[in-house]
Amino acid sequence: MAAEKVVQASGLLGWVDRRFPLISLYKGHLSEYYAPKNFNFFYFFGSLAMLVLVLQIVTGIFLVMHYKPDASLNAAGIPVAFASVEYIMREVPFGWVIRYMHSTGASAFFVVVFLHMFRGLIYGSYREPRELIWIFGCLIFLCLMAEAFFGYLLPWGQMSFWGAQVIVNLFAAVPLIGPDLAVWIRGDFVVGDATLNRFFAFHVIAIPLVLLGLVAAHIIALHEVGSNNPDGVEIKAKKDNNGIPLDGIPFHPYYTVHDVVGIAGFALIFFAVVFFMPEGGGYFLEFNNFIPADPLVTPSHIAPVWYFTPYYSMLRATTDIFTWVMVASAAIAAGYFWVKQQGLLKVGGAVAMIVLAVAFRVFDAKFWGVVVMGGAVIIMFFLPWLDKSPVKSIRQRPGWQKWLYGVFVVNFFVLGYLGVMPPTTAGTIVSQVGTVFYFGFFLLMPVWTRMGDYKPVPERVSFQAH
Amino acid sequence: MKSSMSTLSIGAIIRGGSRMLAAAGFALLGSVAIAAGGAVKLDTFPTTKLTDQAALQNGAKLFMNYCLGCHGISQVRYNKLRELGLNEEQIKSNLILTSAKFGDPIMTTLNLKDAAEWFGKAPPDLSLTARSRSSHSGTGADWIYTYLRSYYLDPSRPTGWNNLTYPSVGMPHVLWELQGQNEAVFKTVKDHGQDVQVFDKFVQTSKGSLSTADYDNTIADLTAFLAWVAEPSAMARKQVGVWVLLFLAVFFLFAWRLNAAYWKDIK
Repeated sequence: MAAEKVVQASGLLGWVDRRFPLISLYKGHLSEYYAPKNFNFFYFFGSLAMLVLVLQIVTGIFLVMHYKPDASLNAAGIPVAFASVEYIMREVPFGWVIRYMHSTGASAFFVVVFLHMFRGLIYGSYREPRELIWIFGCLIFLCLMAEAFFGYLLPWGQMSFWGAQVIVNLFAAVPLIGPDLAVWIRGDFVVGDATLNRFFAFHVIAIPLVLLGLVAAHIIALHEVGSNNPDGVEIKAKKDNNGIPLDGIPFHPYYTVHDVVGIAGFALIFFAVVFFMPEGGGYFLEFNNFIPADPLVTPSHIAPVWYFTPYYSMLRATTDIFTWVMVASAAIAAGYFWVKQQGLLKVGGAVAMIVLAVAFRVFDAKFWGVVVMGGAVIIMFFLPWLDKSPVKSIRQRPGWQKWLYGVFVVNFFVLGYLGVMPPTTAGTIVSQVGTVFYFGFFLLMPVWTRMGDYKPVPERVSFQAH
Repeated sequence: MKSSMSTLSIGAIIRGGSRMLAAAGFALLGSVAIAAGGAVKLDTFPTTKLTDQAALQNGAKLFMNYCLGCHGISQVRYNKLRELGLNEEQIKSNLILTSAKFGDPIMTTLNLKDAAEWFGKAPPDLSLTARSRSSHSGTGADWIYTYLRSYYLDPSRPTGWNNLTYPSVGMPHVLWELQGQNEAVFKTVKDHGQDVQVFDKFVQTSKGSLSTADYDNTIADLTAFLAWVAEPSAMARKQVGVWVLLFLAVFFLFAWRLNAAYWKDIK
């Protein structure tokens, strides 16, 4: 439809609009951007993720005014970085609010992002034409994990120090270049002042810039194709005489006002935690982290923060014995390529799987543990191409697939719980089963999404007027 | 034991323990059967003390007299003690026992390097102990409260003292003159077919200047002070929090109804 700038705005707005596409941006992304009207509770978490990002940046700015990334000891024998955090807590007026908002915000970010990703998973928001939105999202998730990891070293407590020591040492497991790689990352032979300063630079400047860029790209890609919805209906398929989707409503004011309710609800929970249980039972602010970092005293139990524990579980599950399970999986995959494929894919696929099977035994299980942990995140990038179902949304999937998604969720929680606990023999076996299920869910998707009886996708969204 | 201990009080504490064996002796009484990971059952600290200003002031006094000789609380400045209802004069004349100025952090004068030689480990700064000792067994305050009341005579230890909450601790029982001396009685119990020594009870072998109830109360005051030191803004946090949540509840109500008003148009 032809858009003519017939009416020009007057006054200051007109002056700006003749030099900057303010009004067209407002129309294109707010007042004339049409979103499906059947969004449910799961659709709050995108705007909440953006809110938490802003919250972390603003509280972060105030924290950096007083925080000192210095691992040397002060006159009382306390590391300067640790003491500067306590300075913020005690002597900066309302510094404790800023600190607690930032620490609670870190955990809140992951709660919100996990729920946001789960929405994408169950409604097929990663399907064509939204693959790029999903990829930007996965990159954001990776950056978020890095940001949290770098940030956690900064308070310079026992858990900060030893958690960083363990995770950076994982990179030493990379074949050939491992040990040198670990020294390069740390800036020293052990985690120390050099590491603290560079992690500070990454946490405060590098990754936030990348995150902001990725979030902008994520939203631009979304607005290009429009949102999915819980029914998986493409609302742009049915438009009225003015070219407006029949099931679409302008984002502003309907979803801007709607999202304020989400923000208010989130704020109630968030500030209840900040003011009444900022330690989160030892999960948001770990008890051990109130002890200054001591390179000579290893804590009896080193565990990552709760939001990394599902992946940590998978890392610990990859024992020497487990690599045999991986060999068996690669052998089965080789068999599949040989029997079910033709030509280059038949030979190439089978050979690649056999090489992989051999590699699983040649390189240390420690290295494969790192690969499995990273792979658990990387595999999500491929979701748009793994899912071969004829429908997007879980609402049209067969009943047994809905159960499968349920098991996936429970499995993720179980892996998380096991990651918090010290390792036990029984726990390791359960984590191994959980790891196999997690990867099986994704890798076998091209198979199980082609099975079962799907319901037809409706023409129009299901919506109850209220 | 190195002999260069300068303060009389430490010597008195060591003598207050029973006869000292040579360092080569190992624990005769066996290890207390505690759950894997060192989960000891903790007593509950009476949290009413946290809002009792008299208790907090008494705790400050006790800390300066009994603890500051070895332990600093360097994250707190002397002038912050005004939040306990004391003025500058009172703090300067009663609570500053070193040459520190009113705005200085509360540091111990013990040389930490020497202390590491004498005790095996330098006495830690106690600014955050009430937070760092929290666990699933109880709060850090519970831990401190239990710890200071679970010392017992143990001739196998260099100080002559051992502690149920912190086995083989390097710290002697500083407050023995107040509590008196206890011995620990262990009993043999079967655990998974093995004979295991389990703590049964304390038996007082000599009286201190305080009764058990008074000693417990004194320790509660000291613990309350340390809990305050760990997070001085705790009370303010909860007070502000109530208003914030009240506001947010009202805000949520308005946001919800405003949203409903807009969405009435959508069919």
